[in-house]
Amino acid sequence: MAANARAPRSPLKLLIVDDSNVIRRRIERCQQTEHLQVVGLAANGVEAIEVFRRTAPDVVTMDITMPQMDGIECVERLVAIKPDVLILIISALADKATAVEAMEKGANGFLNKPFSDRQLNEALEELIGGA
Amino acid sequence: MLEEQDIRAFVYGTTCYFEVAAQQAASVGSPYLVTQGAPEIHDYTGVISVSGRRNGIVYFSAPRGMLTVLLMKMNESNVSHEYMCDLVGEVANTIAGNVRRDFGKDFAISVPTVVTGEGKTVELPAGSRPVVIPINWRSHVAKLVVCLK
Repeated sequence: MAANARAPRSPLKLLIVDDSNVIRRRIERCQQTEHLQVVGLAANGVEAIEVFRRTAPDVVTMDITMPQMDGIECVERLVAIKPDVLILIISALADKATAVEAMEKGANGFLNKPFSDRQLNEALEELIGGA
Repeated sequence: MLEEQDIRAFVYGTTCYFEVAAQQAASVGSPYLVTQGAPEIHDYTGVISVSGRRNGIVYFSAPRGMLTVLLMKMNESNVSHEYMCDLVGEVANTIAGNVRRDFGKDFAISVPTVVTGEGKTVELPAGSRPVVIPINWRSHVAKLVVCLK
């Protein structure tokens, strides 16, 4: 469901946002696309905005159900800061309405949990247009 | 009261989790209703509060051994207490979140809370009757408890 396809020359900077340390580490470990370089990790929306301002990532993977600030609100705030940021929602919330809401706020793709390594990499490749 | 199709959604979510996240299917036993008290829990339990269309809790409870293997299947070498707590909460969150495919957005779920220690019980909503879904994966036995009104 990627919207903004582009051909990267140098690796794009990736921020991983999820309240689960296990999932953050899994995404960091599994993402194998040569087009991405992890520059930051965050455990909730508030932390994500702070890391986002500091590291200026091009791509963000975003959980939805998180403490302090959920992923939907965080997407809206990140897009306000940097409108061309590419955001892949990675969430267990499997209803269509949530996916639509996330896209309306500015997300570019949606991957349901649980996910396999292959599904993660395909979703990221599609997001950045590197497939 | 849960209906058969509701329970089927949780069973599907549970089998899907193990198939995809652990690349190895779990066999799910026959769900049963607990008419007195609360089901005993294993070493680690991830509890999700549900509100909106339904009210109550959903929890996934597993022994340390199962979570250790699950972490290893995810290529995670850190099998500390902290990571067990993290994982059990994430499993509960994922299964509960996935049933929104059937229940819709009004099935609101909380971030997980984690209870540790075998043989304890989780406090259930007053007047509710929990349904236990037994989960067998490799040589381990866990349970998903659905307690909704």
